[in-house]
Amino acid sequence: MAWLQFLVLLAVMAALVVPVGNWLYSVFASEPHTAPERLTYRLLGMNPQEGMDWKRYGLVLVVSNLFLLLVAYLLLRLQGLLPWNPAGLSAQAPDLAWNTVVSFLTNTNWQAYSGEQSLSYFSQMAVITTFMFTSAATGLAAAAAFMRGLVGRSGTSLGNFWVDVTRIIYRVLLPLSFLLALVFVWQGMPQTLSPYATATTLEGATQRIALGPVASLETIKHLGTNGGGFFSMNAAHPFENPTPLTNALHILSMLLLPAALTYTFGRLLGNLKQGWVIFGGMLVLFLGFLTTVYSFEQAGNPILSRLGADQTITATQAGGNMEGKEVRFGIAQTALFATTTTAATTGSVDSMHDSYTGMGGFVPMTQMMLNNVFGGDGVGFINFVQYLVLGVFIAGLMVGRTPEFLGKKVEAREVKLVMLAVLAHPLSILGFTALAVVLPDALKSLNNPGPHGFSEILYAYTSGTANNGSAFAGLGANTPFYNLTIGLAMLVGRYLTLLPMLAVAGLLAAKRRVPVSSGTLPTDTVLFGGLTVFVILIVGALTFLPALTLGPVADHLQMLKGVVLQ
Amino acid sequence: MNSAEMTPPDLPARPAPLPRLLLSAFLAAVLFTLITGLAYPLLTTTVAGVLFPQQAGGSLITRGGQVVGSAVLGQNFTAPQYLHGRPSMTNKTDGSGPQPYNAENSGASNWGPTNAKLAEAVRERVAAVRRENGLGAGTPVPVDLATASGSGLDPDITLAGALLQVNRIAQARNLTPAQVEGVIRAHFTPRQLSVLGEPRVNVLAVNLALDGAR
Amino acid sequence: MTSAPIRSPSGQKPGIFSPELVSNAVRASFAKLSPRAQARNPVMFVVYVGTALTLYLTVANLATGRPWGYELAITLLLLLTVLFANFAEGLAEARGKAQAASLRSAREDVRARRLVGGLEETVPGTALMPGDLVVVEAGEFIPADGEIVEGLASVDESAITGESAPVIREAGTDHSGVTGGTKVLSDRIVVRVTSGAGESFLDRMIALVEGASRQKTPNEIALSILLSGLTLIFLLAVVTLYPFTVYAGAPASPVTLIALLVCLIPTTIGGLLPAIGIAGMDRALQANVIAKSGKAVEVAGDVDVLLLDKTGTITIGNRMATAFSPLPGVPKAELARAALLSSLADPTPEGKSIVALARQQGVDAPEPAGAEFVEFTAQTRMSGVDFAGESIRKGASDRLIRLAEERGGRVPPELRPLVDEVARAGGTPLVVIENDRLLGVVALSDIVKPGIRERFAELRRMGLKTVMITGDNPLTAEAIAKEAGVDGFLAEATPEDKLAMIREEQQGGKLVAMMGDGTNDAPALAQADVGLAMNSGTQAAKEAGNMVDLDSDPTKLLEVVGIGKGLLITRGALTTFSIANDVAKYFAILPALFVTAYPQLAVLNVMGLHSPTSAVLSAVIFNALVIPLLIPLALRGVPYRPMSGAAMLGRNLLVYGLGGIVVPFVAIKLIDLLITPLLG
Repeated sequence: MAWLQFLVLLAVMAALVVPVGNWLYSVFASEPHTAPERLTYRLLGMNPQEGMDWKRYGLVLVVSNLFLLLVAYLLLRLQGLLPWNPAGLSAQAPDLAWNTVVSFLTNTNWQAYSGEQSLSYFSQMAVITTFMFTSAATGLAAAAAFMRGLVGRSGTSLGNFWVDVTRIIYRVLLPLSFLLALVFVWQGMPQTLSPYATATTLEGATQRIALGPVASLETIKHLGTNGGGFFSMNAAHPFENPTPLTNALHILSMLLLPAALTYTFGRLLGNLKQGWVIFGGMLVLFLGFLTTVYSFEQAGNPILSRLGADQTITATQAGGNMEGKEVRFGIAQTALFATTTTAATTGSVDSMHDSYTGMGGFVPMTQMMLNNVFGGDGVGFINFVQYLVLGVFIAGLMVGRTPEFLGKKVEAREVKLVMLAVLAHPLSILGFTALAVVLPDALKSLNNPGPHGFSEILYAYTSGTANNGSAFAGLGANTPFYNLTIGLAMLVGRYLTLLPMLAVAGLLAAKRRVPVSSGTLPTDTVLFGGLTVFVILIVGALTFLPALTLGPVADHLQMLKGVVLQ
Repeated sequence: MNSAEMTPPDLPARPAPLPRLLLSAFLAAVLFTLITGLAYPLLTTTVAGVLFPQQAGGSLITRGGQVVGSAVLGQNFTAPQYLHGRPSMTNKTDGSGPQPYNAENSGASNWGPTNAKLAEAVRERVAAVRRENGLGAGTPVPVDLATASGSGLDPDITLAGALLQVNRIAQARNLTPAQVEGVIRAHFTPRQLSVLGEPRVNVLAVNLALDGAR
Repeated sequence: MTSAPIRSPSGQKPGIFSPELVSNAVRASFAKLSPRAQARNPVMFVVYVGTALTLYLTVANLATGRPWGYELAITLLLLLTVLFANFAEGLAEARGKAQAASLRSAREDVRARRLVGGLEETVPGTALMPGDLVVVEAGEFIPADGEIVEGLASVDESAITGESAPVIREAGTDHSGVTGGTKVLSDRIVVRVTSGAGESFLDRMIALVEGASRQKTPNEIALSILLSGLTLIFLLAVVTLYPFTVYAGAPASPVTLIALLVCLIPTTIGGLLPAIGIAGMDRALQANVIAKSGKAVEVAGDVDVLLLDKTGTITIGNRMATAFSPLPGVPKAELARAALLSSLADPTPEGKSIVALARQQGVDAPEPAGAEFVEFTAQTRMSGVDFAGESIRKGASDRLIRLAEERGGRVPPELRPLVDEVARAGGTPLVVIENDRLLGVVALSDIVKPGIRERFAELRRMGLKTVMITGDNPLTAEAIAKEAGVDGFLAEATPEDKLAMIREEQQGGKLVAMMGDGTNDAPALAQADVGLAMNSGTQAAKEAGNMVDLDSDPTKLLEVVGIGKGLLITRGALTTFSIANDVAKYFAILPALFVTAYPQLAVLNVMGLHSPTSAVLSAVIFNALVIPLLIPLALRGVPYRPMSGAAMLGRNLLVYGLGGIVVPFVAIKLIDLLITPLLG
C-alpha cells in the first residue's frame, strides 16, 4: 500500500511538471505586463524595462531583502501595539526576533519560537505570510535570472528583479495560494481571526484551542517551500494538516515549483531533454532517499519492541516507529513528507524528525546537506546546476576538450565562484557544529544524549544553512547563542550560494557560445545525469560522511544493539 | 523556439540611482506586506468564512450550547468508559509541567530512539495499557498506544488500538463488547480516496457516540 | 654533450624510467622539498604541512617517552607522498630537458664568415648579432637562425628534424628560413642573421620545453582552483572532526586525522598535475613539434575546425600522370611516346610519372642521341626535348595552343573538350605537341593519400570540421574535396582568404587550427587558435604561429590535435580517479577513527581490515603508492581514441570513475594483508 501511495503521488507530481513548467515559462519570458503589474511598477517608481546585469540584479535582490528585513523586524518588535492579538502576546526578544526575521527572509523558516505562544494573528499574516511570498518569489526570481544567464541569449542582462518578483507573486503564488487555501479549509483547516476557543472536554477538563488564519499561511508555506508552521508542531498539528489529503497536497505543493523549473529551463534553453535530465537526476536521488527513510522507519525501533510495543504491519495497524508521528499519516505518508520537506528544503514537518531512527534521520539531514534534490523554490535548481558545472569540469575533460557547459567555456573564474558556493555549505554546517559541541552552554540545550544529541546540533546548522527550517526539535534552540549562530548560518546558506551562482550565470551569459558538435560533452544524456548524481554524492555527501557517521549512523547502530543512553 | 520571445527587457540599461533604489525597495516591502500579508489572508478569511464556516472556525463541536472540542483535535481521555487516545507530550501553556492534549501549546517528546527516557516512557505506557485493559504480561501493545504523537493532539488511534479497549469500555458502560465494537467500527475512517494515509478511528467521535448511545 | 644522446634525432624514445632520467628526477624530488617550491601546489602543500606536523608529534612523543612508532610511520609515508609527487614532476622535467638537450647538441659551435662592407671576416658563431650577413657554402654549418637573402642551397636539417633527405632553401621564397646548426650541402647562400647567440628561436623554444619559464595553462589553473577548493572542503571536514570526537568522548588522534586528510584531498591528481602538463608539451616534442606554450597544446584539444593544405596533407605531394587522351586521328601510342620522350630527362616527379605511365602502357623508347632537354620555367610554362629536328613540348593548354599557332599548326576543336574533361575531374591537363602537330592531353591527377578519407570520417565523429585549402580552381578543388571526404574547401586560396575564413569561423565561436609556412601566412597563423608553422617556413611565419613543426610535415596538425586531447583526457581521468578513491579511503579510516567512541561502528569496516592501525597505514600507503604507479599514465597520457564525446565519456567514466571506486578497496585490503604480519 505504501508503494502504491508513493507511485500515485509521484505520478501526479510528474504530471504537473509540464503544465506548471509552461506556466512559469510564460511568467519568465517577456510578454506584456498586466494592469496590476504596471500599477505596481508605477507605485514603486521603477522602470520595468531596465535590464539588469548580474551585479545589478544581485544588488537589487539584496537591497529589497534588506528592507523586508527591516520592516518585518519592526513589526515583530511592535507586536504588542498592533491589532489582531487576541491572546495578548508580547513582542519577541531582540535575539529571537532577529532569528525569526532572518529565518523567514531566507526561506528557511527555522522557528526558535512556538507560533501559538509567540506570534499574534497580525504577525502571522503581516510578517510570516508576507515573507513566505517574498522569499519564495526572491528564490524563483533568482532562478529566472540564473536561467537567462545560462541560456545566454540576452547579452549581459539577466532580466529585471522587480518584474520577476511581481509577476511571480501576482501570477503564480497568490492565485495558487488562494485556491488551495479554500480546499484546505474545506478539509478542516481553520481560517479565522476569532480568539482562541475554550472547550470543556467530555471528561470535564478545560481545553483552550489556539486558532487563527491558518489556511492562508499553510498554502504559501508549502508552495513557497517555506515551512514555518502556524503552530509549534507544524504540519503534525491537526489544524495545519487535518487529513491525509491535505498532507498529500502539502507534499505536492512543495514539489510543484522546484520540479516544474526543470522543465521551464528546458524550454528556455530550447532543449527539453536537458530539463528532463535534471529532473531525472533529482528524482533518482529522491527515490533513493525515500526508500531509505521509509524502510528504516517502518522497520521500527527494536528497543521499543523489546518493551512490548508492537511495530509490525497488521490488518488493523500500520506499525513502524510511531514516536512523534500521527496515526492518520502512518509511516508511508510521513516518510514521503519527510523526504519531500528536506528535498525541497521546505522544513515543515508532519512528524518529529528528532524521534526517527538513526538512519531515518540520516535521510533528512543528508538531503539538506545536498540541498538540491528538487530543492527550495529556485535555489534548488541553482544548487543542482552547481553540481552540473562541477560534473562538467571534473569529467568533461575526459572527452578531450576543455570543459563547456551549455556551449559556454567553464574557466577559472566560474570554477572559483562555484567552489565558493560549494564550500559555503560545509563551512557553515561543520564549522558551527564544531563550535557548538565544544561549548558547554550550547550542550545544555540538548534533549538527547550520545550520538543523537550530536545529531540535534548537526541537524540544526544543516537545516539553517540549507534554508530548510525543520529541526531535531528537541534542541532548545531559543538561546542567544543558537539564535545568533543559526541566523548567521541561514544568511551564509542563502546568499553565499545564491550570489556566486548568479555571478556564474552572469559570466557565462557574457561568453561566446561554442557550437555543439559530436565531440562536445553532451550534458543532456542519461549518462551525464548519472554522472551528476555521482558527483553530488561524492563531493556533496562525502564531505559530511564523518559527521553523519558520528551522528545518525552511530545512533542507528547503537539502537540495533539495544543500547539505551541516560 | 523564438529567441526574441524570451529576451528579458533590455531597453537602455540606465539603472536607477541608489537613493531611488532604496526608496523602491522600501515601498516594495510595504506594498507586498499589504498585499500578501493583509489583503490576501483577510480575503481568504472572508471567503472561507462564507463557504466553510464550520471548518474555518476550527471544526468546533458543541453539545448543549457548550463547546466540547474540535473534531480534528484529540483531547485527553483517562476514564475507563472512554476510548483512550495516544499518549500526549504537550505541556501547560506556561511550560510549568505536563498537560496532555493542550491545544494551546502543541508539543512532542523529541526523544531519540536510544534515549532512556523514551524507553522508560514506553515501558510505563505498555504496562498501563496492559493493566487498564487486563492484558497478560507478554501481550504486545499496538505501537500507537505506546508512543506519543508528533502534535500531542493526534485525534486518532489505529483500529488495533481501539479494539484492544473494547472490553474495558464495555465493562465500564455495562454494554456488550459487540456494542462497543459496533460504535468503534461505525467511526472507523478508511484511507482517504482509497489510497491516502492510514485507516484510523477518531477517538472523540467514538466517545461522543458512546456518550450519545447511553 | 652526452655521448649517448637521450633522444636520437630519428625519434627513438627513451623508456619512462631510464636510469639517467630517474636519477635526475630523484635529485629533483629532494630539491623540490623547499617550502617555496611546495607552495606552488596547494594540494601537495597541505600534505607537506601535514608531514611537518606529524614529524613534530613524533618528536614530541619521543621526547616525552610516549609511543612514537605509528607517528613515525605516518610521517615517513606522508614524506614519501610528497617525494613521489616531486618525483613525477622531476621526471617529466628531466625528460623535457633531455629532449631539449639532444636538440641543443645539434648546434655545435661553428665559425661564421661575416660579410662586412662586402668583405668576409671569420668570427665565432656566438659573436653574431641580428642583422649580420654571413656567407655559408657547401659543407659548412649555418651559424645562426636567419633568412637567405641571396642564392639557394640544399640543406641537411636532419640534426633537427631527423629527416635525412635534404631540403631546398631559397632566397625570396617561402622557404627562405634556415636554422642554426643545420648543414649546407650544395651551393652558396648569404644569410641575414635574425637572432643573437643563445636567443635564437630554437633556444627560446628549448628553454620553454625545459620548463624554465613554464606557466600554468588556463585549464590547469581552473583545475587547480577546483582541487584547492576540494582540499579546503576536506580540510574543513577533518579539522571539525576533532571537536566532534571530543563530543563523542574519544578524541581522535591528530596523527590519524592528518592521515585521513591526506587520503581525502586529491593528492593523486594534485601530485601528478604538473607532470601531466609538462608531459603534454613533451609529447608534442616527441612528435617534433615545439609548442611555444602549454596553452597551445591545451587549445589544440579544443579545436573545431582544421584548415588543411591540400598538397602534402590530403594528396601526396605531387601530381601523377594517370591517362593519355589523344586527339582524333592520333594513335594513343604515339601520344604516349612523345610524352615519354619529352620527359625522359625531366627530373620533376610529374615527368617521372609520365615515363612510368607510358612504360606501364607498353610504350618505351631510349633517349635519342643528342637530345637536348628544355627545362620548365615560369616564363615558358612548358618543358620538352629537341633532337634530330624534332621538337616535343608539353605544358599548359593555353600556352601550347599559342605555340601551335606560332608554329603554324592547326588547333583541332576537339582539344578544348579533352582539356576541360581532365580539369573537371580534378586533374591538370598537359597538352603535348610534336613540332606543329598537337597530339593530345596527358592528365596529371592529384592522388589522394590512402586512408585519408577514413581519417576525416574519424575527425568528423569527434566533431572536427576539416577544410581543404588549395590554390586550385574551384572545379578541381571540389573534385578532390569530394574524393578525400573533407567537409569544405577553399579554392584559389590567397592568404587573405585564409585569414577571412579563420575570422568567420571564430565569429561563430569555433576554434581554428591551421598550418602555414610563408610570410604571407603569418597573419592567418597569428589569428588561428592553433597556428602550426613549418620549420622550413619564414621567420615571420614561425614567430606568428604558436607551434613549430620541425619536420615541416603537413599532416602534423592531426597529430597535434590528438596530443591536446590526450592531455585534457589525462587530467580529467586522473581527477575522476582521485576523487572516486575517497569512497574506499573513508571506509578504511572512519571505522578506525571512531571505533573507540562507538564500538558498533566496527560494522563499517567492510574490508575487514586487521586493526585500526593497519587500516590507516594501508590507506596512506595506497595513497602514496598510487602516485608513482600512475606516473607512466601521466607521462604517456591516456591513449586517445577518436570517438564521439558521449562514447568517450562513457568509456572513461567506466575505467576511471568506477575503477577509481573499486581499485582502492582491493588494493587497501591487499596492503593490509601484507603489512599485518609486520605490525606483529
